[in-house]
Formats: sequence, structure tokens, C-alpha cells
Amino acid sequence: MIDPITLIVALVTISTPVLLAALGELVVEKSGVLNLGVEGMMIMGAVCGFIVANQTGSPTLAFIAGMAGGAAMAAIFAVLTQFLMSNQVATGLALTLFGLGLAALLGVGYEGQPIPDVAKPLPEALRTIPIIGPIALGHDLVTYIAIAAIFAVWYVLKHTRTGLIIRAVGENHDAAHALGYKVIRIRCMAILFGGAMAGLGGAFLSLIYVENWVQGMTAGAGWIALALVVFAAWKPGRVLFGAWLFGGIAALQLRLQTTEINVPVALLDASPYLVTIFVLVLMSSDRAKAALNAPAALGKTFHASG
Amino acid sequence: MIRLEKRPTPSRAWALSTPIIAVILTMIAGGLMFAALGKDPFEVIRVIFWDPLFSERFAAFSRPQLLVKAGPLILIAIGLSLGFRAGIWNIGAEGQYIIGALCGAAFGLSFYPSESPLIFPGMVIAGLLGGTLWAMIPALLKIKANTNEILVSLLLVYVAEAILASAATSWLRNPDGQGFPGSRNLSRHAGTENPIPLEGLDVLGGFFDLAHVGIFAAMAAVIAAYVLFQKHLLGYQIKLAGQAPRAAKFSGVSPALMVVLCLGVSGALAGVAGLFEVSGPAGQITIDFNVGYGFTAIIVAFLGRLHPVGILFAGLLMALTYIGGELAQLLLQVPGPAIQAFQGMLLFFLLALDVLSNYRVRFGRGGAA
Repeated sequence: MIDPITLIVALVTISTPVLLAALGELVVEKSGVLNLGVEGMMIMGAVCGFIVANQTGSPTLAFIAGMAGGAAMAAIFAVLTQFLMSNQVATGLALTLFGLGLAALLGVGYEGQPIPDVAKPLPEALRTIPIIGPIALGHDLVTYIAIAAIFAVWYVLKHTRTGLIIRAVGENHDAAHALGYKVIRIRCMAILFGGAMAGLGGAFLSLIYVENWVQGMTAGAGWIALALVVFAAWKPGRVLFGAWLFGGIAALQLRLQTTEINVPVALLDASPYLVTIFVLVLMSSDRAKAALNAPAALGKTFHASG
Repeated sequence: MIRLEKRPTPSRAWALSTPIIAVILTMIAGGLMFAALGKDPFEVIRVIFWDPLFSERFAAFSRPQLLVKAGPLILIAIGLSLGFRAGIWNIGAEGQYIIGALCGAAFGLSFYPSESPLIFPGMVIAGLLGGTLWAMIPALLKIKANTNEILVSLLLVYVAEAILASAATSWLRNPDGQGFPGSRNLSRHAGTENPIPLEGLDVLGGFFDLAHVGIFAAMAAVIAAYVLFQKHLLGYQIKLAGQAPRAAKFSGVSPALMVVLCLGVSGALAGVAGLFEVSGPAGQITIDFNVGYGFTAIIVAFLGRLHPVGILFAGLLMALTYIGGELAQLLLQVPGPAIQAFQGMLLFFLLALDVLSNYRVRFGRGGAA
């Protein structure tokens, strides 16, 4: 039988990396930049975090290294797309291909190496409270940070001047430029933020969820994060819903594989991706609504003339 | 102070020379990477780019491999270039490659142990159809439900991999294989094998010694794409749809037709590339017979400037990095993933240098442009 409480705990854990990466990408896209390199930034975060954890034994340093790894990849993307005005779709793909290769190279010899346990932030006693304890109080610090980040991103984008500027740049970069905002600089900051978030998600994957480094371990999580942003119609709150839906399916299918239920393994393995495609279809089919929410300057290159 | 000034039209001279400069810069940056790994950079670069073709010890073995690796890359990249020119981004060629291989192999194995000469042509058609159908999923979803074809085609790669795993371990598994995963060997069975027309003739410097039918199909695709873009209205419409979507619409180019066409052709070519691989060099369906050609082909398409002749050369160069990479792994213990990073780097430099063909670099604070 499948225990609903452990299922929910697994759901929250599995959804954390994609939630972090999707929130980062949401800010990037709000600023008008489409970075398809999330997968590459995530896997770099995973490998950098794992190596530092193994070498230093400090989870804190490891997570910082993960963020730095993701941000370093994002920096390449920023230079290429913002200063050298390369095509964002092609550059994002390049970032993913390069990231997967570089991460595999850096991780040679690290598979199965020991890493320190990451301590839980809340005291052990709280976790013994029935139902609420394991579901809400037994998670890792990064999971709580991810949840808090939803509110932070929502608040900053919706209610602060910084958020207004980010959105203005994403809606119409020429107008924002005419008003005196530094379009390129703002977009670079957003891209770096997105990279750090994806890197943190990747580090969570290798340090807490899998507790190992495996080549290609992100297995499409970065692409699912990209799909979640579309699914969420660029609204932070809905990203959480999408991430939990994905996490729920992924956690459920893992458990179904160990039970006697007669479902083809291929269908179970593919289910998180199929569900992601399905919700994408649901969200995109209303053309007018989809166009209304997407940042108007998404994916367009800015070049100040004159 | 450096300023960039947009050119009215992209510079042809720069567009042609940037791929070569990008290769040189990648060699330098890659050399630094190899040096960081504790290897002699000059030796590694020589082993990757020179030894497979000209060294006395390895050329006899490596030369025939060049076209074997370049064939699928060129075939897939030619298909992708259609869509990339029209602004339709099929990045799930790897999935179409897998499904094409599965359909073709399943067709061939269903006639086992027949050795009829009609089986292989049937497998080719099954491969074409399999890849096309798999690519039709993102195409139809884009037309009917307005979903992003980038995400759908990519996510379907993971679905295809799940199907491949089940095929290799259950429904296509070799019944005489003592329970080991993997299908029957297609390349060692008359009827399902991918023929090598010039085998043993020892012509053309050895390059064609292992060239199976897929290599010739790739060359035919290069020529067909060249004619399409140079001589045919459809090629012009594809370019128009990419560069001026509104103008294309007004001149009667149906966007839906473009999506179906571009994804369909790229899916078909990726699918048939998978079939040629599984019935030839790979030999059988295994869990990991696919080695990422569908993704590397994206680099090939860009490196070739989306031009058929460019793609031909880019495919050969990328194949050389695969073969040279294996050689470097063997001789100098360079880790395998280093080559993947090296290939990714090449795409970065290429994209970065594009700025030179689209913009003019001006020094100093000039007046208003």
C-alpha cells in the first residue's frame, strides 16, 4: 500500500529543485529573456555542490558552490545574449549541451563518493507530531527557502519598484531604455539570479534528494522547470502548484513501480513528462490568454541604437 | 569605447569565416581545458584532429569511421535546418531518432527469420514514418493547442527513452538472448542488415570502406536540401517564414503547413538516421544504443550556418571530434565527457562570433549613426 504521508513528503522533496529553477527562470523571463539553458545550469549546480561537499564537508559551502556554478553558466549566457546579441534560443541550447558535458567532465571520479549529511533546520522532536510533523516540519532548509522564495519573488515583482522596472524591461525594452533604465544591466542581474536559483536546485538534487553525483542526473528537470513557467502563466504562486503536480506524479510513479499494480514501467517512467506536456497543452490552448500573460519582449534582442 | 553598429544586411564574408574562426578559438580554449586536465594540449589537439585522418598507425582504422559518424549527424542536421530557418525549433530529434529506430527494427524483426530483400526497404519506410509520427506530436499540439514546440519535442525525448528501455528489456528483446536486454542483432542477419555498398573495394582512401546506405542517404539529403533552398519556391517560403513571418502570411504561406512540413521532414530524417544506425553500426536495439546524435546535430546545423553544404562540412568536423575524442581517451586518458564539453564550446564561440556578421564594430565615440 502507498502511505499518503510519505508520498506527500516525497512530493515536496522531488518538487523542490524544479520549483527553485522555475522561480529563477520566471524572473528571467519577466525581464524579457528566454534562457533555455536551465538544464545546463542545474547540472552544473549539482556537480559543483557535490564536489565542494565532498572536498570541504560543509553543506553550506556546497550550496553556495552550487549557486555559483549555476550563476557562472548564466554569466556566459548573459555575455553572449546581452553584449554579443546572440540568438537566445540557440544560446540557451548551447548552454545546456555545454553544461551537461562540462558537468560530466568535472564529476569524473566523484560518483559514489561520500558527502556529509545535511542537518534539518527544525528540532527532531517536532517531526514526531502526527501528520503535520513529517509533512510540514521535517524538511530541509532549502525546501523552506524555496517556499519562501515564492513569496519573495511574488512580492518583489508585484509590489516593489525593482519589480516594476524588471517587468517594464520585459514588456517593452525600448520604452524602458527611453525612460533611462539600464536594460542590459537589469537583464544581466535577472539572468544571474536565474542561474543561481537553478544551481541551488541542482545542488539540492545531488546533496539531498539523490545524495550522489550521477552523470546526467537532472534528467530533464530543467526542461520541466521551463514548462512550469509557461504552465504558471508567469505567476509565482502557480509555479508552486505546477511543481507539486509534477512532484506528486513523480513520487507516485516511483511508488507504483515497487507495488504489484500492473502498469507498464515505460508508462510510469514517462508519466512526469507526459503530464507536463498535458498541462502545457491545457494552459496554452487559450491563445488570447496565453499571449496576455507572456512578457511582450520575451526572447527579443535589445540593441540601443544611436 | 567600443560600439556596435547594426549592419543593414549581414556580412557574407564574416558569415563564411566565423565558423572557421570559431573552430580555431575552440581549439585554443579546448587546449586550455586539456592543459587544466594535466595533458599536453598540443598533443591532444593533434590526436583529435590530425591522427584519425593521417597518422600511419590509426588512419586505416579511423578513416572509415568518419563517414559512419558524420552520416547520422548530417542527415539529422539537414532536417533540423529547415525548421531552424523557419523559426520552428525541433530540439527533440533524439526522440525521433529513437522512435524511428524502434519502428524500423520492429518491422524488420517481425519477419524474422525471413531474408527477403524487401525487408530492409520496408524498415527504411518504417523508420521514416516512425520519426515523422513522433515529430507530429509537437507539430499538431503547436497548431491545435498553441503549445511551445521546443518544450514538447524535448520532453518527448524522455518519453522515447522510456519506450526504448521497455523495448530493449521486454517486447523487442532477443528471445534467444538468455534473458539479456537488447534485441536480435539486425546487422548480422541478411534481410535486416544495413548494406555497405563499397565494402572491400578499398577505394577513395578508405573513407567509404564502412559507408552504409545511410551515408549515401545523408549525401542525397544534402543535395536535395541544396536544390530546395536554391531553386524551389518552398525553400524560399521557409526562409521567408523565418525572417518575416507576417510577410509570409500575407503572401499565402500557411504557418500551420510550415510547422507540419518542417517538423515532419526533420522527424523523418532523424527517424531514418536512427534506423540506419540500429541496423548498421549499432547493430541492435539496446537501452543506450542512441549516443546523442540528435543533440549534437543541433550544433552541426548551426556550425554549418543552416546551409546544406556547410552542414556537410560541419558534420564531418563534428564526426572527427568524436573519433579523435575516442582516440584521445584511449591514448592519453582524456576523460570522455571532455569531448562533449569541447563540442558545446564550439557552439558558444560560433554564436558569440555571429555578432561580427550582424554588427559592425566601431572604436571611439563616433557621432550619431
